[in-house]
Amino acid sequence: MARANPQRAQPSTTRPRGEAMKPAISVILLTTLVGAGQGLFLAFYSAEWFVLLGILRPALNDYGGQAAALSFLFLALGLVASFFHLGHPERAWRAAAMWRSSWLSREVIALPAAMLLILGYALVKLSALDSIVLVLGESIPISISTVVGFGAVLAICALFVCTAMIYACLKFLRQWHSPLTVLNFLLMGCASGFTLASALASYSQDGRFAYFVGMAVFLTLAALVFRFATLLRNKGLRSPSSLQSAIGVHHPTIRQIAQGAMGGSFNTRAFIHGYGASVVRLARRGFLLLGFVIPLLLLQISDESSILICSLAFVLQYLGLLAERWYFFIEAEHPQNLYYQMIS
Amino acid sequence: MTQLALVIDLNTCVGCHACVTSCKEWNTSGQAGPMVDQNPYAAEPTGTFFNRVQSFEVGTFPNTQTVHFPKSCLHCEDPPCVPVCPTGASYKRPEDGIVLVDYDKCIGCEYCSWACPYGAREIDEQQKVMKKCTLCIDRLYDESLPEAERKPVCVLSCPTSARIYGDIHDPESDASKAISDAGGYQLMPEWGTAPANHYLPRRKVGIAVHAEDLQRVDNPLRKEDRGPRKPTTRTTLDDSTSW
Repeated sequence: MARANPQRAQPSTTRPRGEAMKPAISVILLTTLVGAGQGLFLAFYSAEWFVLLGILRPALNDYGGQAAALSFLFLALGLVASFFHLGHPERAWRAAAMWRSSWLSREVIALPAAMLLILGYALVKLSALDSIVLVLGESIPISISTVVGFGAVLAICALFVCTAMIYACLKFLRQWHSPLTVLNFLLMGCASGFTLASALASYSQDGRFAYFVGMAVFLTLAALVFRFATLLRNKGLRSPSSLQSAIGVHHPTIRQIAQGAMGGSFNTRAFIHGYGASVVRLARRGFLLLGFVIPLLLLQISDESSILICSLAFVLQYLGLLAERWYFFIEAEHPQNLYYQMIS
Repeated sequence: MTQLALVIDLNTCVGCHACVTSCKEWNTSGQAGPMVDQNPYAAEPTGTFFNRVQSFEVGTFPNTQTVHFPKSCLHCEDPPCVPVCPTGASYKRPEDGIVLVDYDKCIGCEYCSWACPYGAREIDEQQKVMKKCTLCIDRLYDESLPEAERKPVCVLSCPTSARIYGDIHDPESDASKAISDAGGYQLMPEWGTAPANHYLPRRKVGIAVHAEDLQRVDNPLRKEDRGPRKPTTRTTLDDSTSW
């Protein structure tokens, strides 16, 4: 059966619409779920340290173990989602081999490491195993869970960097090739994690709500600032490649009349998303509102007893960040599309 | 060090797709298994190819030229697709510079295709592994073939000899000579990938014939009055230009 082909009706111009990456749904789920899970762990573990340092009052009911278990669940779901991206998931274990050169390989190591340490933290917290192993400066008691949690934080930091560098290291995807990519992944993951922590705090009434919501607001605001800065940066980007450099013909007027495939190819399916400008604009406005602005307003009006508002803030923010990651793909212009401007 | 590559002459390519079909025929029948064809006889046929011929119209009607542009993996000297591969399935052979994919190690994550600015890699929708031009490595070293046939099949099939195969690191090879004589160039040099495959530009065809060319004004028999010599110290591009 003939499929409707979005490119076929396209008039031949040198710059067609949709000169961009096609979003990979499994990767969108992976990065957002893992980001929220990491943020959630950082929220509770940082609160634990602030209690140890005497800045925060101890929680009325400590459920750091349950929160870590939930964080583990988010990472596990992300890992499951990532398998749907693979053509051969049964060979996924091979992906740890090239950690010297490949950020993807490094992520494949950092993700299970972070999961293992978070799970270890949760188990130590939830079991009776947690005991004080040393006392720092005579007043700060360090327990087994604190040590394991510190390892988890290191793995989480490594995972944030690895996940973002998978995209940021591709130098000719100029919209991604920026330190802003790493910063955005870190800030958005932490923002959604702290928003979830606020919802959990309002649910459990543990007395740490003010810390979580304050951090959630700060991180969401920071994430918005840097994501907006990235949008501005990418708006002005011009690729050094052109059809002239792509085929080596130095004439200002070149138009493609055949791309060597009648029904499209992997190149047209994977790198040309085919969405119209209005959908892209809607996604951009949508993620700015859902991912940042609305959660900020909701968190502002929430108080310790507003479980629903905080939960809604997290759900909306997560949906917004899904849209953000979708837009992140749409935003990236792949130079290979210079060779795929017209099907005939 | 050896770097095997193709040099493709855009001046003589007529866009007949013989290289495309012979490539598909050879490689789909090879050890690595078939290259998928989807809807081969329906309205939207698609499938995996190692090599495609694209066509571009240059200029404004009626002053146009059609450029047929065969595109396959360029076997970059600094291939961006290789370091990103998490499994090591993508690799560059040190002995001859060919970039290959180990289909038994590939997990089909498509990351290498994101990293290739030329769109040279295509996933096989049936085998779910990344595929690309192998430079017919299963012909190059096959001693059961006559020596003249130990070349990529696209080179052998080209009716206009627009494809030249050779070691571009050997200055005496046909490929190197073609590059230096006809002004061979690389695609998207701005990314620093140093593609091994080169392209020869379109050249102006037709020569100016002057009366002196037909009837020599200087007498070659007069030793003391030799005509001007061509400079021999530097290479010339003759009349090769690109627009």
